[in-house]
Amino acid sequence: MASPFLSNCTISFSSSLKYSTLPRLFPSVSFSSIRFKSTPRRILTVRSKIREIFMPALSSTMTEGKIVSWVKSEGDLLSKGESVVVVESDKADMDVETFYDGILAAIVVGEGETAPVGAAIGILAETEDEIAEAKAKAASKSGASTRSAPPPAPAADSTPAPPKSTPAYAAPTVTEGPRKTVATPYAKKLAKQHKVDIESLVGTGPYGRITPEDIEAAAGILPSKTNVGPVVVAEVKPAAPTKATSDSSAPSSIPPPVPGSTVVPFTTMQAAVSKNMVESISVPTFRVGYPVTTDALDALYEKVKPKGVTMTALLAKAAAMALVQHPVVNSSCKDGKSFSYNSNINIAIAVAINGGLITPVLQDADKLDLYLLSQKWKELVEKARAKQLQPQEYNSGTFTLSNLGMFGVDRFDAILPPGQGAIMAVGASKPTVVADADGFFSVKNKMLVNVTADHRIIYGADLAAFLQTFSKIVENPESLTL
Amino acid sequence: MHSICSQATAVPRSNFAFDSHAPALPTSKPINLRFCGLRKEAFGFSGLTHSCSSRVRFTSRGHSKRISASAENNGTPPKSFDYDLIIIGAGVGGHGAALHAVEKGLKTAIIEGDVVGGTCVNRGCVPSKALLAVSGKMRELQSEHHMKALGLQVSAAGYDRQGVADHANNLASKIRSNLTNSMKALGVDILTGFGTVVGPQKVKYGKVGFPDNIVTAKDIIIATGSVPFVPKGIEVDGKTVITSDHALKLESVPDWIAIVGSGYIGLEFSDVYTALGSEVTFIEALDQLMPGFDPEIGKLAQRVLINPRKIDYHTGVFATKITPAKDGKPVTIELIDAKTKEPKDTLEVDAALIATGRAPFTNGLGLENINVETQRGFVPVDERMRVIDANGNLVPHLYCIGDANGKMMLAHAASAQGISVVEQVTGRDHVLNHLSIPAACFTHPEISMVGLTEPQAREKAEKEGFEVSVAKTSFKANTKALAENEGEGIAKLIYRPDNGEILGVHIFGLHAADLIHEASNAIALGTRIQDIKFAVHAHPTLSEVLDELFKSAKVKATALSHVPVSEPVAV
Repeated sequence: MASPFLSNCTISFSSSLKYSTLPRLFPSVSFSSIRFKSTPRRILTVRSKIREIFMPALSSTMTEGKIVSWVKSEGDLLSKGESVVVVESDKADMDVETFYDGILAAIVVGEGETAPVGAAIGILAETEDEIAEAKAKAASKSGASTRSAPPPAPAADSTPAPPKSTPAYAAPTVTEGPRKTVATPYAKKLAKQHKVDIESLVGTGPYGRITPEDIEAAAGILPSKTNVGPVVVAEVKPAAPTKATSDSSAPSSIPPPVPGSTVVPFTTMQAAVSKNMVESISVPTFRVGYPVTTDALDALYEKVKPKGVTMTALLAKAAAMALVQHPVVNSSCKDGKSFSYNSNINIAIAVAINGGLITPVLQDADKLDLYLLSQKWKELVEKARAKQLQPQEYNSGTFTLSNLGMFGVDRFDAILPPGQGAIMAVGASKPTVVADADGFFSVKNKMLVNVTADHRIIYGADLAAFLQTFSKIVENPESLTL
Repeated sequence: MHSICSQATAVPRSNFAFDSHAPALPTSKPINLRFCGLRKEAFGFSGLTHSCSSRVRFTSRGHSKRISASAENNGTPPKSFDYDLIIIGAGVGGHGAALHAVEKGLKTAIIEGDVVGGTCVNRGCVPSKALLAVSGKMRELQSEHHMKALGLQVSAAGYDRQGVADHANNLASKIRSNLTNSMKALGVDILTGFGTVVGPQKVKYGKVGFPDNIVTAKDIIIATGSVPFVPKGIEVDGKTVITSDHALKLESVPDWIAIVGSGYIGLEFSDVYTALGSEVTFIEALDQLMPGFDPEIGKLAQRVLINPRKIDYHTGVFATKITPAKDGKPVTIELIDAKTKEPKDTLEVDAALIATGRAPFTNGLGLENINVETQRGFVPVDERMRVIDANGNLVPHLYCIGDANGKMMLAHAASAQGISVVEQVTGRDHVLNHLSIPAACFTHPEISMVGLTEPQAREKAEKEGFEVSVAKTSFKANTKALAENEGEGIAKLIYRPDNGEILGVHIFGLHAADLIHEASNAIALGTRIQDIKFAVHAHPTLSEVLDELFKSAKVKATALSHVPVSEPVAV
């Protein structure tokens, strides 16, 4: 483990040896003859002068290499022995030099991209006449290449006519006479990367300059992140051009930002909520509502309130007791092929917490008595406020309870969190006139509960039966205190 | 030639005056630099007691034989002096000299017209380190890839500009008060006002509107430092066209800033600005960015610090005219070709930072009173920092250290020069080896160096007829660097294979500025590779990068090893 023994990873070479140990790019003469055989229609003299630059094997264990930087640019004259490209292997960065004189006609694998050992990373033309042909070859190379990084060429092809996409609202300042194009450093970098012609763009930045956003718009890429005031999210490598090029129609569906709007990035908690909500769309859910009379429960609540019992604890306990009798409502569908019956009944309860939402979990709510449950709940809420909940205290729920009754909401619809079978939305309990079987009117407190469930495992009858049980427990709540 | 220098630098780096056998290196690599490692603010309070006891000894200490009173033109020097040593300028150089003088038992005063701490503490290295600390953390937090590789999740990182600016300012005030207190505690008199040399061993100081005070001292050190150098044609308004003095206050973070000069100052600010979201354009008069660095290190640094960031550059051009933003127009920068002087381009940016080096602050020092002529503002000195007058003679009892002499414009070099002077005036001859003074650039990752660059070493080798070898190690092989997921970087050793002498060490990588000292100490102490390679490094630490570097050097078997000084002791 001691690093001094990792000496095989160390690059240390005497500089006098430097040039002789540098990897050479063009392995053998046989290359041109192979090319010739495979393309017999071509004339030998032309064909042999366009050479591919290969990803060299810099170490015995190297299977692929990353292009750190091209020392030369397209169109540069190369002479034998000059460094052309810097390649990062699994061990070190090394300059790679050319064996031939010529012109670097095309770069097939751009900076920051990787290619397997032996793959063409650039094309070398012997004379200027062959550059066009070499470029065509490069395009075919990059199109066919299997490397993970996207070929840059198609990006240019599929780019919709850029100028028209520039929004008109940012009026450039007064221009006197012919103005030259001004582009910011990052805009130029992006333009080169995405092969966008800067000259064809109209800048929307200050003084009419071309900004990175202009280039991204022209290249059909979603701005990866938005800068807001001093909140800076810089240094974003244009992450996935793959995606951008494959669905270049996507950006048009994003409405342009309303001028003057502020964009505030999600906090971690908000990002988690967002992710969960989007995931929930993949689950086929349905809802069943049920009115529950709560006079008895309210009376009980008045009695146990001095002992520190909250309505939340009462409802959680009631739900847990109902779940004992209907295990399917406490189950979940993990893979779309089976029921996962949970051995514990863990009631997650949604809590709004400054700017976020979290669901502390009352574990084994069916087994703990009401008072313990209330105490436990109090602790959980305190922890949640202090952001000290442990993961298993908020993600181990098997059934969720969401109560907006205290705000006077009479009914609402909850979204099923991923990984659970059902969620119960509880509205406010309010006096309602009811007629009984004999036609007598009376006023009872009624509360509407609405359960959202995963229909792959829980069917309408299951929910109806569960709600009936729940309703009975609430209407005869003495059992809650046992 | 001067105008060429002035774009990139005001200072030719290599007119070091070191050991007289070594021929002076050609003044080839200019460098624009100003950065520092602050000496520890105090030597501890042991110095205080020491100074009390030794002040008595002062009277008995004989005058050095080298000093012969030679003051024909301004009366005779005073027979008794107010002070043993007066230092003009309380920057890091003056401070270092003062502390050492007290330790040596000298009655010392320091004259400061502005604030204690000088450029380094108030407008240089210290506040810039605060900004760079912020930029380093921002970079880490923003690097999603890096965070993910460590298994961390961080939501959008942001910053509060004023908070960052306050951090820099608070740090400067804290270090300033530490510096002031350390001198007061040791009994250094701090005299307020601008100091002027009025004659041999005589200085006046005073604030504007107050009567001047005259004080005498046996020896005087000029340590007045430097100010940002602004080439002509550039109009600095402090808002959109700024120098490092303004930039360190971080009053704004422009969307796009041009940085004129790609030396240390420019490079460090590019690190700060890009981390805070700006885009940067470098303007460099020389043909390549980062002149003054070892070319290989510069190339790698460019690949890591420039290319992947939102930075572009124009090299081989001068900014002949820079106009601040006004009347709804952006900052305009006119560029001409450095060689042909043809107009080349006009840039329009939101702000421009002038980082073209620093000019010595020596006006009004009264040097004419003692027949000293500055050279481009620098006070001419010999290798012992003794001031040379217009006729080429040494001025007795007068020394100049730090940026004002231009030998090596680094805060810690100034301090080392000050200590060297104090050694001399207390009777011990001392010549500072400038080749052992390390330098660092606090980008992310950092760059550090000591001694010669590879081309300098090869040139010297050719002249003196010895062989030069180079060894390199990568941070990629270092456990600690990989644990931090910061494997980018190399260390490079330039050495003589025949005798194992270290000629230069250059490091680019995580904490390079802290790693260089093993090499600089080895150079300072004359330690050879064949000896230092047996030194043990804790594992796993970044210092193993240097360990491997020394071990990978191929020193000829005939090179002599040090005979162990003492017998091995069993423990």
